[in-house]
Amino acid sequence: MKFSDQLEQRFAAMVTHYPTKRSVLVPMLLYIQDELGALNDEAIHEIAERTELSELEVRNVISYYSMLRTHPIGKYNLQVCTNVSCLLRGGEEILEHCQKKLGVGNKQTTADGLFHMEEVECIGACSWAPALMLNYEFHENLTPQKIDELIDGIRKKEHQ
Amino acid sequence: MAYLVSHPDEVKVVSRRFGLGAANLDRYLELDGYKAVQKAITMGPDAIITEMKASKLRGRGGAGFPTGMKRSFVPKQSPKPKYVLCNGDESEPGTCKDRLIFEHDPHSVIEGVMIASLAVGAKTGFIYIRGEYRYLVEIMERSVADAYARGFIGKNIFGSGIDLDIFVHSGAGAYEVGEESALMESLEGKRGVPRIRPPFPAVVGLWGGPTVINNAETLASVPHIILNGGEWFANLGTPRNGGTRLFCMSGELERPGVYELPMGYNLKKMIYDVSGGMIKGKSLKGVVPGGSSVQILTPDEIDVGMDFDQVLKAGSMLGSGGVVVIDDQMCIVRFALRVARFYQHESCGWCIPCREGTDWMKKTLVRFHSGGGVAKDIDNLKYLAENMLGRTFCPLGDAAAMPIISYIQKFRKEFEDHLDGKPCPYEKVHEAALV
Amino acid sequence: MADVTLIVDGKKLTVPAGTLLIEACKSTGIEVPSFCYYPGLSLQGACRMCLVEVEKMPKLQTACTTPVAEGMVVTTESDKIKQARKSMLELLLANHPLDCPVCDAGGECELQDMTFKYGAAESKFMDMKNHRDEQQWSPVVYFDRPRCILCYRCIRVCGEGMDVWALGIQNRGSSAIIAPNKQDHLECEECGMCIDICPVGALTSGAYRYKTRPWEMKHTGTVCTHCADGCKTTLGARRADTGMQIVRGDNRDKSGINGDFLCVKGRYAFDFAHSDCRLKQPLVKRDGKLVPTTWEQAFELIASRFKQVLTTDGPAAIGIIGSNHTSNEENYLLQKFARLALGTNNIDHHRTADFPAFASALAGKAEATASMRDVHNAAAILLIGNNPTEQHPLLAWQIRTNVRLHHSKLYVVNSYPIKLRRQAASFAQIAPGSEGGFAQFIAGSDAAADSIVSPKLSREALAALRDALKQETSLVIIFGSELRGNDVKALVDFGLARSAKFICLGDYSNSRGAADMGLYPDMLPGYGPVASATTFHTDWLDEIPATSGMNLLQMMDAAKEGKLKALYVVGSNPIARYNIDPFALSKSFVIVQDMFLTETAKIADVVLPVANAYEKAGTVTSTCGDVQILKKAGDFAGVRTDFECIVRIAATMGYDVRKLVPFGGEGTRADMGQSRGAQSGEADRHAVWLSEHNLEPKMSPFDPSAMLDEIQRLVPAYDISRLSLLSGQDVHTQLVQITGATGLGHPELVLPANDTLFTSGTLGRFSATLNTVMERYSSPVEPEMVAGYDPAARQGP
Ligand SMILES: Cc1cc2nc3c(=O)[nH]c(=O)nc-3n(C[C@H](O)[C@H](O)[C@H](O)COP(=O)(O)O)c2cc1C
Ligand code: SF4
Ligand code: FES
Repeated sequence: MKFSDQLEQRFAAMVTHYPTKRSVLVPMLLYIQDELGALNDEAIHEIAERTELSELEVRNVISYYSMLRTHPIGKYNLQVCTNVSCLLRGGEEILEHCQKKLGVGNKQTTADGLFHMEEVECIGACSWAPALMLNYEFHENLTPQKIDELIDGIRKKEHQ
Repeated sequence: MAYLVSHPDEVKVVSRRFGLGAANLDRYLELDGYKAVQKAITMGPDAIITEMKASKLRGRGGAGFPTGMKRSFVPKQSPKPKYVLCNGDESEPGTCKDRLIFEHDPHSVIEGVMIASLAVGAKTGFIYIRGEYRYLVEIMERSVADAYARGFIGKNIFGSGIDLDIFVHSGAGAYEVGEESALMESLEGKRGVPRIRPPFPAVVGLWGGPTVINNAETLASVPHIILNGGEWFANLGTPRNGGTRLFCMSGELERPGVYELPMGYNLKKMIYDVSGGMIKGKSLKGVVPGGSSVQILTPDEIDVGMDFDQVLKAGSMLGSGGVVVIDDQMCIVRFALRVARFYQHESCGWCIPCREGTDWMKKTLVRFHSGGGVAKDIDNLKYLAENMLGRTFCPLGDAAAMPIISYIQKFRKEFEDHLDGKPCPYEKVHEAALV
Repeated sequence: MADVTLIVDGKKLTVPAGTLLIEACKSTGIEVPSFCYYPGLSLQGACRMCLVEVEKMPKLQTACTTPVAEGMVVTTESDKIKQARKSMLELLLANHPLDCPVCDAGGECELQDMTFKYGAAESKFMDMKNHRDEQQWSPVVYFDRPRCILCYRCIRVCGEGMDVWALGIQNRGSSAIIAPNKQDHLECEECGMCIDICPVGALTSGAYRYKTRPWEMKHTGTVCTHCADGCKTTLGARRADTGMQIVRGDNRDKSGINGDFLCVKGRYAFDFAHSDCRLKQPLVKRDGKLVPTTWEQAFELIASRFKQVLTTDGPAAIGIIGSNHTSNEENYLLQKFARLALGTNNIDHHRTADFPAFASALAGKAEATASMRDVHNAAAILLIGNNPTEQHPLLAWQIRTNVRLHHSKLYVVNSYPIKLRRQAASFAQIAPGSEGGFAQFIAGSDAAADSIVSPKLSREALAALRDALKQETSLVIIFGSELRGNDVKALVDFGLARSAKFICLGDYSNSRGAADMGLYPDMLPGYGPVASATTFHTDWLDEIPATSGMNLLQMMDAAKEGKLKALYVVGSNPIARYNIDPFALSKSFVIVQDMFLTETAKIADVVLPVANAYEKAGTVTSTCGDVQILKKAGDFAGVRTDFECIVRIAATMGYDVRKLVPFGGEGTRADMGQSRGAQSGEADRHAVWLSEHNLEPKMSPFDPSAMLDEIQRLVPAYDISRLSLLSGQDVHTQLVQITGATGLGHPELVLPANDTLFTSGTLGRFSATLNTVMERYSSPVEPEMVAGYDPAARQGP
């Protein structure tokens, strides 16, 4: 299996940074997931081979990290923080609002495959709570309007 | 992208370059960039460590271990390569400061790693950044590449004959990986399960080599100490607690944000003065002064200087610098449940008391908060937490237990008010969500 | 290492520096509880049961990860500690299904015992337990997640111990779960070590699940009957229609040469013993068909035919083929019966190694053979040929363990990249078939190099290897049946010059015993030639025929030519093994003693159903020369031991069985009630043991221990401690006393069994469990290794 040229270059550079091959595992898994949408069997096989690990061991690692997944989700991943600082400023209500707006529950993907939504632990936006991440992009000091604008904006862009 | 605030009481050391475009290497150089590392090269390892000790800098990751002392534990001679590892896993709820450093002053972290490497004779440094901070991974990678391009890192840095490599490494979502030995496991491509200690990382760390692990803020402080002297830094703070600290003010405050204040700055002032006090219509119920892992302080306990020793004396811990201010409209049981859910989710599962304890704490609180609580639950929760305390494999178990114990101790009545099938009597509907 | 003195519970003790506190406590009789700590495996510190108080330390410390320190003051039981342990148990039980009444581990469960001890009986939790359904991971491995306490023993024993790495851990926190390597099932060596090591009933055995409660079984410690390594095993038997049926094989008794270890065969393949195919009564051929008969009629028939052949054609017309599975006493008795009662040296067995060449090469050298225990401790090991992972699983385990725990230096020389190369400091892949050449090369023959070099091994590397081996001063040299005759001699000469010790690898549970007991046409027990005077000549009242007899293949040829009138096959299947045309034996009267109607039994004129090694008493000798005692664990109605059959045949022939078996006082050396200095009491113990096994103390001709008396007295190197044997210890027998051995034997007669990890000759064919395992694997998969795994990294200081 080959990854994109960019990812291949990254991999080639990264393995030289560490004394053991498996050290690239955690970041590489995330980068591969970004490219493929999920760590499917083929990707697991490939990375296991490249890092000289058993597939079991790769799965052991994948299942440990909360950002890594073996099944694809929606194109836009809304990760709403409800941890203490956000909780104090309405994070749980924001979460509810997102769910209502999208019509899905926690860790679910909308029928059109566009949005996935999940509650997450603290994302380091405490002083700017409540906050969410949309595919690595921080959105802070949220209000329900901001959420609506965000989601509507994406829908519009995607349906063009 | 994170918003900056300021206050006249701030003493800007680590945040000196925030908002000045220092992510650009040229700009950084204009702002005294890479001067400290050049000075450190001329000083040599022993002098660097002496200066670090004089600075009374204590680790900003949470435990507050004296940084200079930690470096002196690294053996001078080692058959295995030595490493410096920057802990940028920042995941402690309430904490969002390392993020600002990576974003606004990435080169200061690089310089800090370099100086730490010079101090202990490491040839390789790693900057581990939590996976969620992808944009910061990118900023740091760009900054490292820029520094390589100028020859600041790589072979023969500043003509010293010393080779030094630095690499940026992304995590993939795990709070426990912030714990130093789990961090090393993760960097080595494994599950983030902590290691047995001793041996400590300073002796046996990454791939068996001696390793210095410091928080990003700790490392970013180092260039300033080298440039201005340890004594200068020490004098900014209180005895045994040198320098300044980034305090992340969060909760229903008028001006939440990250403020750099001298160590020992009064907590009450931090809330009412620096952060503008509680937003209109709310009053203070309690403060979690150092991230979700520490004990809660009640309003009459917050007249305290924010340094490691004074907060400890006040019955809590300075921790990660995340000051979470709880207003009177937050139910403490709901708060406790959220904290318990966090630790249940983040427990690595290695040891029994933490794995099972966090799970049962959460289960009990879920039921309890939804009105299914019975009287003995309150004591059971406390029993559960007390039996985790001090018995787990790593401090995460303590971090899960301590706050719960303090909530029950200090807010027992709120727990009792949930009994007899009552739904949460403190349930607050957020104005924000009503709009 | 220097010693350290510390105080534990007020007791002062001195232990080597570096000792773990938990072990130091054990050494003074203080048991610190633990789940995750397991001697020899990497440290976890996960279960927190071993918490103790150490003076000057504010927190409780885990005894399993804390090395002792000078002046340390430790308390192992206090209210604080008790409460800590109790709370761990409460937490474990909170999510435990508490299905002890049906759990296989009930009564043998560490969690039950610990709960009992710390009284964590009150349940404080009222919320739902986390549930997961039971899973079947392989024919023999089941996993019940809710019972698992996550001690990681299974993962470690599979990875570190077995080098299989088939178990992992997935998810984190309370969702953490032990996972098999192929998502929903296991692909592994099916050793079942994970089941054995599981402190609770989370991992259970497909062969034993829900069959019985542990206390309903009678447990007998005996020796595994599959390969030649001789693992000690505990067999649990339960009453059934057919007698005492063995329902479990495991490893409760860790005192054996195998310590913790049992392989798939030892653990599960005892079930051939209650196979439906077992013969239950004697059969005789009538009108071309084998039909049931009585024992008396069968013995009569055999005796009369033997006598008839002896009168008409003479002793040379009778052949005897012995077994690699029968006991030493039976083998000894068989050759004695052949030589004295039948008067023929036409006796042989299926030879799986060139033991005669080995014995001859070693002749007269003391301390030159290595025991299995030596393998565990050797500073350096040279392994030439064979694939122990498949053929000698225990040996492979011991080698791995030694490398892991003692950093032994392993040299592997093989024409295949066998799995043990992963533990090897040096692996030389030589050209196929050049094992013998390699022996000649290291012994000095440079010319041999041509045949050894391979695309994977350069001439330089080969020379460097020889140089390195020459430097080794305490080497254990292990060689497979690829080495025979002169090559064995060359290797032994090379090694003896460096005071090396040796192991010659044969294939079945008592092939070494068959060889040592003289199942050869030209050699007596102890490899002495039949022709020249030995103690046997003087001791046995009758004369031993002076000329060598026919070997197995010669007997077959003679049969074909009609010259072999009778063939007596005891526990062997030459037709299948040597691929002999059954028609070849059509002119001979064939007697077969076996458990099953084998290819050879099918063409027999009389078939006697016999007991197997799990159903009798006696001794066996492992391929290393470790002698161990067999104890009767199971029972199968209708069968008799080979020993009894031989004696009965002799008696029916009118032969004075006292000449064969020195029972009943005369001729025995451990007489009842006598005290003999240092050995006093031995005879009494012997008697107690015999009575326990329903045997009259040497008062009957069917008592193998009477035969053992003679073996001890006459067979070179078998003068071993009877007391040690009786107490269940393995006793190493050297080949030292053998002098004047015949020479190089017949290398061409060596036929390796070529069993794999999942086969075991005839026995394996009749093991239902082994068959279900075999169906899944054409050959065992070589498990992937986990790169960068360094148990030492988790090992603490
Ligand atoms: C559960 C747990 C999580 C932690 N998370 C972090 C973290 O996210 N960032 C950090 O710098 N230190 C974290 N720490 C503290 C580190 O273990 C370590 O003490 C610190 O990185 C040392 O750096 P310092 O001396 O500069 O503080 C954590 C500790 C524990 C027990
Ligand atoms: S399966 Fe058994 S041995 Fe393995 S971790 Fe679970 S309880 Fe321990
Ligand atoms: S035995 Fe499990 S923690 Fe020590």
